[in-house]
Amino acid sequence: MKCSEFLQELTNYLDGALDDRTKSELEDHLAWCHNCYVVCDTTKKTIEIYRDSELYELPDDLRTRLRSAIMSKCQQRKKTQESL
Amino acid sequence: MSAIQPRVGEPVSDELALVQAAKKGDVSAFEELVKRYDRNVFRIAQHITQNREDAEDVVQDAFLKAYSNLEQFQGQSKFYTWLVRIAVNEALMKLRRRRPERTVSLDEDVKTEEDSVPREIADWSPNPEQLYKQAELKDILTRTIQGLPPSFRTVFVLRDVEGLSTEETAEALGLSIPAVKSRLLRARLQLRERLSRYFKKRESGDGQK
Repeated sequence: MKCSEFLQELTNYLDGALDDRTKSELEDHLAWCHNCYVVCDTTKKTIEIYRDSELYELPDDLRTRLRSAIMSKCQQRKKTQESL
Repeated sequence: MSAIQPRVGEPVSDELALVQAAKKGDVSAFEELVKRYDRNVFRIAQHITQNREDAEDVVQDAFLKAYSNLEQFQGQSKFYTWLVRIAVNEALMKLRRRRPERTVSLDEDVKTEEDSVPREIADWSPNPEQLYKQAELKDILTRTIQGLPPSFRTVFVLRDVEGLSTEETAEALGLSIPAVKSRLLRARLQLRERLSRYFKKRESGDGQK
């Protein structure tokens, strides 16, 4: 397997979406190709770091305010529909 | 090396019942759906728009639009996937309004200079997130993902941050599965490339900044 072929399958590999045979070919490649090992390992870390980063969490006060605005508009809409 | 473990979502077994109740006029059932997904919609909206005020508007507009169009939801997909599709469209509209000079489309299959050939090949520190204070780390992650084209970062956020499957992401974005996979690969590799500048192992020890 060439490095470029490994790279094409990287997403499927990280997502656990490969059949056993292809997975084993990829792992054979990883065992001797240090560069692909590093790319694979740091791509995995990239995904994990974003997934665990809690960027853009919705603060409680804003959450309450938004929900109240949404529900009040939904109530209005319901009343309008009922009056039609 | 093991595969990435997806974020485990909340059970959705009662979701259809909530949608049915909301369709019949039970507003509190719809409020339950809002409570369940408002954080996700906010996160997706802010990732796409990169603007807090716009993200707040998107949360309101997306839920209101979902409520007004509940009749059109036939239950063939998850409610959440349907909601994400609405939210992504609202967020892209905001982005287009702010950047009228640039075309913002999910269809864009941009070739960028970095594209998908890894250049930075260095091991990272064992605990890269510990190299920086939390605020600094968030700043690095935010600036790095902002640099991706909107179509790439949208796919990355839905798949890798929110944990939607490839099929759900394709459905939510109206893209084919190969298109999702191709954008996801490039988004992941580009983010990796850029983060390597911050997280690679320093020559002397672990090199605290």
